[in-house]
Amino acid sequence: MAPVTPRSGDAIFSSIDRVNAELFTLTYGAIVRQLLTDLEEVEEVNNLLDQMGYNIGIRLIDEFLAKSGVSICVDFKETVEMIAKVGFKMFLGVTASVTSWDADGTCCSIILEDNPLAEFVELPDTCQGLYYCNVLSGVIRGALEMVSMKTEVTWTRDVLRGDDAYELQVKLLKQVAEEYLYKDDE
Amino acid sequence: MAAIYSLYIINKSGGLIFYKDCGTKGRMDTNDSLRVASLWHSMHAISQQLSPVNGCSGIELLEADTFDLHCFQSLPGTKFFVVCEPGTPHMESLLRYIYELYTDYVLKNPFYEIEMPIRCELFDINLTQAVQSDRVALLGR
Repeated sequence: MAPVTPRSGDAIFSSIDRVNAELFTLTYGAIVRQLLTDLEEVEEVNNLLDQMGYNIGIRLIDEFLAKSGVSICVDFKETVEMIAKVGFKMFLGVTASVTSWDADGTCCSIILEDNPLAEFVELPDTCQGLYYCNVLSGVIRGALEMVSMKTEVTWTRDVLRGDDAYELQVKLLKQVAEEYLYKDDE
Repeated sequence: MAAIYSLYIINKSGGLIFYKDCGTKGRMDTNDSLRVASLWHSMHAISQQLSPVNGCSGIELLEADTFDLHCFQSLPGTKFFVVCEPGTPHMESLLRYIYELYTDYVLKNPFYEIEMPIRCELFDINLTQAVQSDRVALLGR
């Protein structure tokens, strides 16, 4: 089958249906608020947001692949670049940059200058431990797991906590090759 | 005009999660379609092992005297395949388009359980339109 040429993040972003950004931002805010009310513990909210993100990610990966025409990446570096340049643009309308690669190319940082999820947010004193955008780290983890990469995604900088940018650390734990459950000699 | 006989979607573990007859010819009952799906899943896996070089992604096209079978496997492992009359054009684009419909109307449906049989009316409607022969010709452009 002839490979389909990958499309740029901008091209996909302009061709798919979108909703009003404020509706999106406010809906997300309402969800986080409700979780805080229901669960009371900030740490549990962090976990649940991550879990929700994971559940989104395992479905979102297919849409990303179907609409971007992206095929197998040669290495983890290319994968993260794809997420930052195409993925973030396609789903959030922003681009991210990738920095701080470690020597063996398994750990890096994705930096977001602009984060539509947190547009109008100020964290109150009672929620200081909250990772407000924790859903995003879950999405990345879930999506990569579906293409055989076990990762750990954590926030290392957060504007809502007084830093100057949003920074996600993505660490590749294991690359599980696609395997069938039978062995050749059985 | 060459016709499409049927359309299948198989999940990662080889279970048939969607089957659709597209014409009056070549219809199959539930048992037969399940059998074809699991056969194809295994043959696809075997074909990857047959490859003398690494990185084979499995059979994409099977040609026989009475039918063609075009298969598209997404990176996460879901397989889409279409059985049609020999020589039917634009099947690759059709499969990619069906993949898009699947992401839109199946995966985005919050009540669809991942890996389970697809019962989504919107998906069905859009799919029926897509396999109409004049639409398929448009995809080729």
